[in-house]
Amino acid sequence: MTVRPATDDDARRRWIGILAKATPDEIGAAYAALGPIPAPTPIRAPETGTVLLRGRVGGTGAPFNFGEATMTRCTVRLRDDGPLGFGYVLGRDRRHAEIAAVFDALLQQGDPRARAHVETFAAAQAGRARREAAAAAASKVDFFTMVRE
Amino acid sequence: MTATATLLPGFRDPVRDSQRCFRRLLDAMSRPGRIAEIDAIVAPPAGLSPAAAALALTLADIDAPVWLGGATADAAPWIRFHTGASVVAEPSTALFAFADAGAMPDLRQLDAGTDEYPDRSTTLVVEVRDLSAEGPIALRGPGIETVHRVAIDGPDAAFWQRRTELHELFPRGIDVVFTCGTRALGLPRTTRVEV
Repeated sequence: MTVRPATDDDARRRWIGILAKATPDEIGAAYAALGPIPAPTPIRAPETGTVLLRGRVGGTGAPFNFGEATMTRCTVRLRDDGPLGFGYVLGRDRRHAEIAAVFDALLQQGDPRARAHVETFAAAQAGRARREAAAAAASKVDFFTMVRE
Repeated sequence: MTATATLLPGFRDPVRDSQRCFRRLLDAMSRPGRIAEIDAIVAPPAGLSPAAAALALTLADIDAPVWLGGATADAAPWIRFHTGASVVAEPSTALFAFADAGAMPDLRQLDAGTDEYPDRSTTLVVEVRDLSAEGPIALRGPGIETVHRVAIDGPDAAFWQRRTELHELFPRGIDVVFTCGTRALGLPRTTRVEV
């Protein structure tokens, strides 16, 4: 694997992931709190389909088809000459996909309010991940064998 | 980025609009010479009329490659985005070919299907300058009681000549749809044309 410098794509990949993993309530509340934004024009209205999930044996081995997951996607534009915002989220929440697409469009334009919300989502997600990891760690069992003298 | 910066919406209601559009195309193909109104796309991309744009979204998909000739090539990003279809460089490898009357492929370049699967032929959608339900061109054949007379302003004499020559391939052949604005006229391979 080659190491490449961080690019705009990496930043976008990160926020699209964060928007997808935010809870619908979180992202809905943030959207309502955004203040005035241009009305989004749907380029591709929210639609639900399936994506094929691929896994690798042990994380690095041969790829195999793991299964399919329900996914909803949406594409919007906020201004006639503005960038396209894409939202791809797991599940069937059309509103979530639409709001994620609006956030993506705002973030590509460097909107500071949207950026602040994404950092809030990221912090909440990191907190959830930590709690889950802690809950899992608390139930961890170490097996070891006493060596007989 | 320029391609997506100008990208226009597709169908407002993809499922219902494409079904409605397909039904109208089916009617147009089963009654050659009757003009169908295909108006589901309000703002077509540059290079396509509303009817041709709606047909592209209805017919093309990831398994149905399209070829775009002449001015219709400008619509390639729009078709790719909304249908997932690949836009091919060779008309013979496309299932659906779009062109304006000035840049039509030679009908012999298109895939006429096989004797086992004549339905796997290329369907050609041609943007013409005008379509009218009365005119000098006489259509006869299945789906027409006696004769339908139409005017199609676009294809030249060589096109009609070539199309007549293809009759001997039957059941293989090329189905054509003429579009103009929101109107479409179907010309299946079985229709006999007298110009």
